[in-house]
Amino acid sequence: MAVRIRRAAGRANWGAGVATIVWLAFVITPLYLIVKDSLQTTDSYLEHGPLSLPRHITFSNFADVFDKGFTRYLINTAIVTVASAALTMLLAFPAAYAIVRSHSRVVAGVFRVFLIGLAIPAQATIIPVFLLITRMHLYDSLTAIVLPTVAFGLPLSVLILATALRDVPRELYEAMTLDGGGSVRLMWSLALPMSRAALTTISVYSALNAWNGFLFPLILTQSDEQRVQTLGLYNFQGQFTSNTPGLMAAVLLSAFPIFVVYLFARRWLIAGMAGVGGK
Amino acid sequence: MTTAVPVARHRHARTTERNSDRGARPGALWVLPATLFFGLFAGLPLVLVAVLSFTSWNGLGTPEFNGLANWSRLMSDSSVLDSLRISAILTVLSWAVQTPLALLLGVWAAGRQRNRTVLSSIFFLPLLMSTAAIAITWLTLLDPNFGLAAKFGRYLGFPDGNIIGSPRGALACVVVVVAWQFVPFHTLLYQAATRQIPQSLYDAATVDGAGRVRQFRHITLPQLRNTIVTSSVLMLVGSLTYFETVLILTAGGPGSATNILPQHMYMTAFRDYAMGYASVIALALVALGTALSLLIVRFSGFAKMRSTLEGM
Repeated sequence: MAVRIRRAAGRANWGAGVATIVWLAFVITPLYLIVKDSLQTTDSYLEHGPLSLPRHITFSNFADVFDKGFTRYLINTAIVTVASAALTMLLAFPAAYAIVRSHSRVVAGVFRVFLIGLAIPAQATIIPVFLLITRMHLYDSLTAIVLPTVAFGLPLSVLILATALRDVPRELYEAMTLDGGGSVRLMWSLALPMSRAALTTISVYSALNAWNGFLFPLILTQSDEQRVQTLGLYNFQGQFTSNTPGLMAAVLLSAFPIFVVYLFARRWLIAGMAGVGGK
Repeated sequence: MTTAVPVARHRHARTTERNSDRGARPGALWVLPATLFFGLFAGLPLVLVAVLSFTSWNGLGTPEFNGLANWSRLMSDSSVLDSLRISAILTVLSWAVQTPLALLLGVWAAGRQRNRTVLSSIFFLPLLMSTAAIAITWLTLLDPNFGLAAKFGRYLGFPDGNIIGSPRGALACVVVVVAWQFVPFHTLLYQAATRQIPQSLYDAATVDGAGRVRQFRHITLPQLRNTIVTSSVLMLVGSLTYFETVLILTAGGPGSATNILPQHMYMTAFRDYAMGYASVIALALVALGTALSLLIVRFSGFAKMRSTLEGM
């Protein structure tokens, strides 16, 4: 019924249609250019201008980019990504579980700290983070990237997990306790399976953050061996001044793994990007 | 002592649990790892940045206390004030550009029509890319010799196509690139919130003969009030992260036309190696960020454990 009424009101919305097409053009032009440029030779790019259709399709730009060490950057990024996501879960889950289940005052205080920490601007702390990392003799290592990346992602992760865990019915905990389960078992065989959706969200969110992270790698690494893909792009941008196709091939490669995930798990990725529980 | 009844009502359970505490309860030890980790790599830096603001340090040796030298330098340094002004301009401009766009797109994307679903999934693509990738892509687009800017610059009042090389053009470029990157995120917020609006409100309005525009003004907008606040505050805080875009796109230039506060701090710290003085600037950022984050907690319902994206 409700649907019928709405339909009756729904004349074709021309304004929205036109606006949508304009926005589509705005969104898609850079994306189209990334793909098109990366498939062209430099000469053809310079000759035919930015908006021409692709001619002389070539994959040599990708080979070029790999030659310049991009494989290494992608592997480094993958290591940082997996480590960050794993460490985030390992730290955030017990904390969120305790925040929801514990009666301790300390825990309540900790929760408040995380709430406030939610928006500590990472930019503002790069100098002391740099100091800490150099003092710990971790400068120019992948570990150096992982540590602050995870720390600044923790507040939101804890928050999302706590929100999800709050929905687990108290009665289930009680029933399982009667069966002789301690806190560890309650977490492992009740809380964990019941919050699978939130856990997926967190892992996607922290992985995406780590994959695309730029600030911490920028100030905490230096050598080619420890370079992640975002820094690799930044570096290429300086080197490839006249080789736009090569640069765009690198951009495409850097986003490619995420585009693939998006194709297959759009819902989780969207939920992870929004940083709030996908239900 | 009553025995646990699985179907016990919540209120009942709460009153009895205080006496009997039947479910096993984890202690404070459980939050220790996360707290220590967060404290060491995020909390401690926050304290350290204040300490460092009273030191002189070039990034290599040991920071040495120099009293109020950095702070008195701040008093006579107009470039920080300049940066603050540019930051404010960029933040307000970005807010003014992104909010209406995200709001309209979000309301539009909330519809369940097939074409909207398909187009939305394209609109969300920029969310997947890193700031570095986005900024670099736009940089090639804005290249005054071979990019789109060379072709279309003259229609925008830049006959030589060098939009990004002019002070006003550069600022506009940052606003546009940042909008391209972040409007999708805020669209998501508005989309989720719009889907929460009860259909019955629209049905009633339709019966009363209200058209699309009036429905939007009198139902959709008021119902999205909280989301507008949340999204706006996130945008204001998020404007600090525009630093990465600025660094790659303009590096603060031309001149100091886009030299926003974080950019100024980064250059002071990692190009001039005046880490102590840069910490003073960083403190200003912390103050701004904290003030804005308190607003988030206050308005977004995070403190009440309510997700703004419920029902997504």
